[in-house]
Amino acid sequence: MEVTKSVASFFLCNSLEVKTVVKVNGKQQDIAGKSVAEYLISADYDIKRVAVELNGDILPKTKYEETILKNGDSAEVVSFVGGG
Amino acid sequence: MMPTKKEWIKALKERHGTKLHHKISEATVAVCGLGGLGSNIATALSRAGVGKLILIDFDKVDITNIHRQQYKVRQIGMFKTDALQENLNEINPYIETEVHTTCLDENNAAGLLAGADIICEAFDNAEAKANLVNFVLEKMPDKYIVAASGMAGIGSGNEIKTRKISKKFYVCGDEKSDVTDEVGLIASRVMICAAHQAHTVLRILAKEFEV
Repeated sequence: MEVTKSVASFFLCNSLEVKTVVKVNGKQQDIAGKSVAEYLISADYDIKRVAVELNGDILPKTKYEETILKNGDSAEVVSFVGGG
Repeated sequence: MMPTKKEWIKALKERHGTKLHHKISEATVAVCGLGGLGSNIATALSRAGVGKLILIDFDKVDITNIHRQQYKVRQIGMFKTDALQENLNEINPYIETEVHTTCLDENNAAGLLAGADIICEAFDNAEAKANLVNFVLEKMPDKYIVAASGMAGIGSGNEIKTRKISKKFYVCGDEKSDVTDEVGLIASRVMICAAHQAHTVLRILAKEFEV
């Protein structure tokens, strides 16, 4: 029983080291593996109203579907609201 | 009495210092959209002595604009480009303005904005804002873009901030107050946001890139 527990915690430690975390607007989120489009939809963004910077560079909208978020990526999503 | 250009420059140098004055006066700034944001940005930049402004809008001055935009009742019905050019020349007789009474789109943007060092996004429509920002960042990577999102309503003015997103991209506003919410746009809050944008432009020209 004791052995099983330690094995489990060993694997838990391991899985913590292999993070799947992406920083979005300064907050760590467990979304690595998702495409940018999938993330934006799941977070309720309106894709027509956003600009996305990935690791400091603008990500063209045509690449939202094909770009898969990787562990350690850093994204800024700017969502525009109306008024001016 | 009209001051001479020499007198005008001397007055600006007294206020800003010679070094900063030169940086400001050598710049060309494009203002895209001449509503509550754009007309106020252009007014601030004209007073500060920016060398040249490129002013772009397709619309005419309407009675519902006067409550927050830098136009006058006698200008209702004029194109905003023409009305603003007139007002800016009255403020700063030596500013150079280039006006384009047209709808900015992906076909004409590269040409109209080519001469600008810094581009201000000052549209009212959220999709148009996103389109311009994406266009400039993708196709004109040498330009700075200073955009705005979220300045509607009667919320605290202290919620309006400038955020640096990446090396050449800044966003001003509270990033949440939509114009479709109950209270529309109010002069003072829109002016705070426009002032953030104008100030960011001047700080970029002063080579102060952090917020």
